[in-house]
Amino acid sequence: MSQPDTLKTSQAADHELVAAAAGGNFASFEVEKVAFKDKLHRFFHSHPTAAPTIVLLLAILAFSSIVGERFLQPFNMSLILQQVTIIGILGIAQTLIILTAGIDLSVGAIMVLTSVVMGRMSIEVGLPPSAALAIGLLVGALAGFINGQLVTRFRLPPFIVTLGTWNIFFALNLWYSKSETIRSQAIDQAAPLLHWTGKTVELFGAKLSYGSLLMLALFFIVWYALNWTAWGRHVYATGDDPAAARLAGIRTDRVLLSVYVAAGFICAIGAWALIGRIGSVSPQAGMTANLDSITAVVIGGCSLFGGRGAIFGTLIGALIVGVFRNGLALAGVDVLWQEFTIGVLIIVAVGMDQWIRKV
Amino acid sequence: MKFKAGLLALAVSASLISPLTLADKVVVGLITKTNTNPFFVKMREGAQQQADELGMDLRTFSGRFDGDNESQVQAIENLIASGAKGILIAPSDPVAVVPAIDRAREAGLLVIALDTPLSPADAADATFATDNYKAGVLIGMWAAEQLGDKAADAKIAMLNLNSSMITVDVARNQGFLEGFGIEVFDPNRIGDENDPRIVGQDVTQGAEEGGRTAMENLLQREPGINVVYTINEPAAAGAYEALKAAGRTDDVLIVSVDGGCPGVENVRDGVIGATSMQFPLRMAAMGVEAIYEFANTGKKPDASEGLDFVNTGVELITDQPLPGFDSKSSKDGMDLCWG
Repeated sequence: MSQPDTLKTSQAADHELVAAAAGGNFASFEVEKVAFKDKLHRFFHSHPTAAPTIVLLLAILAFSSIVGERFLQPFNMSLILQQVTIIGILGIAQTLIILTAGIDLSVGAIMVLTSVVMGRMSIEVGLPPSAALAIGLLVGALAGFINGQLVTRFRLPPFIVTLGTWNIFFALNLWYSKSETIRSQAIDQAAPLLHWTGKTVELFGAKLSYGSLLMLALFFIVWYALNWTAWGRHVYATGDDPAAARLAGIRTDRVLLSVYVAAGFICAIGAWALIGRIGSVSPQAGMTANLDSITAVVIGGCSLFGGRGAIFGTLIGALIVGVFRNGLALAGVDVLWQEFTIGVLIIVAVGMDQWIRKV
Repeated sequence: MKFKAGLLALAVSASLISPLTLADKVVVGLITKTNTNPFFVKMREGAQQQADELGMDLRTFSGRFDGDNESQVQAIENLIASGAKGILIAPSDPVAVVPAIDRAREAGLLVIALDTPLSPADAADATFATDNYKAGVLIGMWAAEQLGDKAADAKIAMLNLNSSMITVDVARNQGFLEGFGIEVFDPNRIGDENDPRIVGQDVTQGAEEGGRTAMENLLQREPGINVVYTINEPAAAGAYEALKAAGRTDDVLIVSVDGGCPGVENVRDGVIGATSMQFPLRMAAMGVEAIYEFANTGKKPDASEGLDFVNTGVELITDQPLPGFDSKSSKDGMDLCWG
C-alpha cells in the first residue's frame, strides 16, 4: 500500500512542480483519483448523514428491482414509516444520550411502563384520557430524571445505571399492570385519545399515521434544539470532551441531567405512539426496543464515543432497518436472513464511523 | 391494634413451629421460564393451590427471561440441596438443561417437564403438556369447515413465533395446516410445504407489534389473504390492527392458540374466530399431585394413551360452533381462561 506516501507527496506545490517539469498533464489522472478519495473522506466527515442516506437510497433501489412495483408504492413507503415510528422515537431519545457519550438501556422499559400508566390511569382509574396521557408523560420525565441523577450525582456509568433501571422499570411495569393486557376495544371506548397516534391521513395513496407525523415533528424539534440553541451546542460539547466543556464554563452536570429528562419524556411520547400502533396496552411489549434503538442510532452514523452525529442520521438508520425488514419480507426471504443483514449493517456502519473519524 | 397484636403472636408462634412442620412436609419445586408471562403466573397459582391442599411445601423459581438456562440450572441445584422430592420445570432450553436434570434424577428426584418437553423427551420422568399439535389441528379444521367450498382456494397467512423453530411453534403451525387439509411433508419443519394456498410465513415474537408488522408485510405481498393463523392471541390482536387499518376485518378469518382472558374476550368481540385453549393451572396442579403420589408410593405417572406425554387438555373456544365440533362459547371460556 503506497497510498499514504502518494498522499503526502501530492501536495499542491509538489504536484505543480512535477507537472511543470513534465510539461504536460499526463500525471493528472492519479492525482485526481487520490484527491477524490480525500475529498470523499472529508465530505463524509463534514456530512455525517451522507453515508447512511446513500445506503438507504441504494437499498430502496435494490429492493424495488428485486420485489417490483409493490415495494415502491407510496402505500408501502408509508407502511415502512409506520413500522419504524416507535423505534424512531426511541432513537431520538437514544441519540441524545449517545451524543453525551452515554448509552440508555432503559428506553424500552420506560416506554412500556408509561404506556401501562396511560392505559391504567384512563381505564382502571377512570381519569380523562388527556390527564392520563399527561401523567404518563410526567412519569417518563421522572424516570429520565432518576437516570440523570444517578449519572450526575452519584457518578455511576450510564451503562450500569440504565442496566439497573431497565430491570427496575420493567419490574414496576409488571407489578403495576399485574401482567395484564388492556384490550384495544376497551381503549376505544374509554380513551380514544390514546389511539389518536394510530389514525391515518391519506396523501397520494400513502397512509401517514399521526404517530409517524409526531415522530417527524419530534425529529425537527430536536434537530432545531441541537443545532440552533445554546443547550444543543452544550450537549455536543459535553459529549465531545466534558473536561474542556467544563473549563469553557458549561455546567455539564446540568446539561447531562436535562438530556436524561428529555430522553425519558420522549420515551413516553413513544409510549403514546406504541398504543396507537398495537391498539392494546401490553406489559410484554417493547422487550428488544432498547437494542433496536441503539441499532438505529449506530447505523445512522452516530459515534458511540459521543459528540459526533446528527439527529436525522437516526431517522435514516431506523428507515434503513425498516426498508430491509420490509423488503426482505416482501421478497419472501426467510426471517433469519433479515437478522443476518441487520447484523452486517451494524458492523459496516461502525467500520465506516472508524474510517471517517480518522482526520 | 388488637388485631395487629394477634397477628404478631400468630406470626411468632408460626415461626417457632414451622421448622418442625416444614421438615415433615414434602418439598416440591416449580421452575418456570419467566415470572412475567401470565401463563406462568397462572401455573404458579395452580401449583400453590394444589400444594396447600395436599400440605406440601412449594418452592418456586424462574428464569429472568425466556431462554435463561443459567437461572434454571441454579434452581435445580438449590432444590437438590434442599432435599426436594420432585421438580416441575418448564424448560427454557430443553437441550442445555438436561445434564442438570440428570443430576436431579440421580439424586432420586422425580422430574416432570411442564408445557415444553425436554430434548430428548425421556430425559424427564414424565411430560405434562398441552397437545399443541392437536391445538393446531382443531383451529385448522374449524377454519376449513367455516370456509366450506371456499377452503379450496383460500389464501393463508402464517404468523409464527420466531426463527428458531422451537417445538411449540412447529407443532401448532403444522397442526393447523394438517387440520386445514394441507399436506405438511416433514411435521418437524415449518415452511417445507408447497401448497399455493399458503401466501407466506412471518414471525411475530408472540407479541402485538410483531403481529401487526408481519400482517402488514404479508398483506402487501398478497392483498387477498382471507385466513390468518397466529401462534398466540397477542399476535392475533396485532394482526387484527393491521387488518383494521386495511379495512379487511369483515372478510378475514383469524385463528389462534392459548386461551388467555384477553384472547377469549377477543373471540367474544369477533376479533378472533376461534382459539384453542390450554390449561396451565391444571397442568401445574396435576404435576404437583403426581409428585405427591411419587413421594408417598413411589409410583411414576404414565403417559396419555397414544402420546409420549400426559395431555393436560385443549379446548376449542368459538362463538360460531360447527356441527360435529366439540367447542365452548366465549362466555364459558371466560370462566376457564388464564391471565
